[in-house]
Amino acid sequence: MPTIIFHSPDGTTHKVEARVGASAMETAIKLGVPGIVAECGGALACATCHVFVDPQWIEATGMAEDFEDEMLDDAETPRQERSRLSCQLRMTEELDGLELTIAPDQ
Amino acid sequence: MSEAGGARSHTTDVLIVGAGEAGLGVATELRDLAFGGHITVIGDEPYLPYQRPPLSKGFLEGKEDEDNLALRAPAFLDEHDIEVLQGRRVVSIDLADKGGTATLDDATAVRFEKLAFATGARARELPVPGASLAGVYTLRTIEDAKKVRTALVDTARLVVVGGGFIGLEVAAASRRRGLEVTVLEGTPRLLGRVCAPPLSDYLMRRHAAAGIEIRLDSSVVQLVGNVDGQVTHVQLADGNTIPADVVIVGVGALPNVELAEKAGLECGRGIVVDQAGRTSIDGVVAVGDCAEQPHPHLPGQRLTIESVNNALEQSKLAAHVLTGLETPRRGVAWFWSDQADLKIQIAGISDGYDAYVVRAESTRLTVLYFQNDRLIAADVVNNPRDFLAVKRALGEGRSIDPERADDLSFSVKELLQGQA
Repeated sequence: MPTIIFHSPDGTTHKVEARVGASAMETAIKLGVPGIVAECGGALACATCHVFVDPQWIEATGMAEDFEDEMLDDAETPRQERSRLSCQLRMTEELDGLELTIAPDQ
Repeated sequence: MSEAGGARSHTTDVLIVGAGEAGLGVATELRDLAFGGHITVIGDEPYLPYQRPPLSKGFLEGKEDEDNLALRAPAFLDEHDIEVLQGRRVVSIDLADKGGTATLDDATAVRFEKLAFATGARARELPVPGASLAGVYTLRTIEDAKKVRTALVDTARLVVVGGGFIGLEVAAASRRRGLEVTVLEGTPRLLGRVCAPPLSDYLMRRHAAAGIEIRLDSSVVQLVGNVDGQVTHVQLADGNTIPADVVIVGVGALPNVELAEKAGLECGRGIVVDQAGRTSIDGVVAVGDCAEQPHPHLPGQRLTIESVNNALEQSKLAAHVLTGLETPRRGVAWFWSDQADLKIQIAGISDGYDAYVVRAESTRLTVLYFQNDRLIAADVVNNPRDFLAVKRALGEGRSIDPERADDLSFSVKELLQGQA
């Protein structure tokens, strides 16, 4: 199982195991990682699972495109270069060790 | 659980009847508020709490599985000490001066101090002959969705009865998979109860262009089957019959109020609650699809709102009520629907509008709703920036000058910031 390291806005760090095929958002919500709201449950409809991808992982995850890119333009926390909506990060074995910082405001 | 005199009994501090988004929402919010008492959530489905919206979207298309739908992991529920009784039904509730007792279908008596109704809603059946033929489905639960998903695999002709959100989502997903799809809507337009004509017309055009046949003003009088009891045709009031291998009925939901009604709570269409979810009886709240709340724009009127956002906002406020804390301000209502390549996002509650302004650019559409010249809601298709701008503005009490709202040389965001 790939692991994800989340840095929460409250300063805590959470290393969690993800199911292959689950999104990073879904993994965080199911286990109660603080900071991700994800009201729409992964439908790319609410922009409340905003994360910053660690620089060493951005090539593997890719950048936000299309609809996600537009959603991020108006996310509560101003977007940064490596902003993604974590519902769009589908976990694979290749993403084992993925490190994400959760945006402070969702 | 304990055995006392042969009958099983159980004691809890907060009993939550219903294990959907709203029921679980009350439980998790209580823990967020540092409530230390015992919490029991009872759901009549054999599943831990799960998301319903994907059932007519990604789950139906096979993009998501049961594991994706689960709201929280068992480890989360354990850690937060939230007891979930799955596959159990509450058959009656006796309220005492303080607290009460719920009786389950296995005769277990659950004594509680405080009570939350989160009993949801059920799909309305089509009140015509043949509605229970094989091949006729409603879509509300994971079991329904599994049946529908299987039924649609080897199907050529799908008839959807009802041009509401669920009907259109199923129609769009099925059309994308190559089925021949007909949508029958009894009123003169799609989504007639929830939006203004421009969105109805836009969706009509787009779905028709994708090859979905949409018949408006079409009342179904009968579903016709073969000797095996399998549906074969849908008969309309105008005399036409439409061949069908599968019929999916999406004609609205009925709030589950019977349990609350029998327990003595004031009920209308739903269980009557105030802004924060308080029912007519002290110590008892109701949240989610089953709750009928004050209308945000029409004084004296009430409404039920079937959405994830409503379930979460109400459960947050109700948890404050149950713990005796001051209730926070409610967030902006919002909703979404995915219909093939159309992403519909709705901010605010448009019901009660007296004017609307349409902004259309290529495949994007934004309908802004006003009451007394104040912005109250927006329906947005394929334009997340407009949706998020309106949602934020409604939360901050900002509006748009309706006279200038159709000026496409300014974005909605700019108009809302008064930069125009």
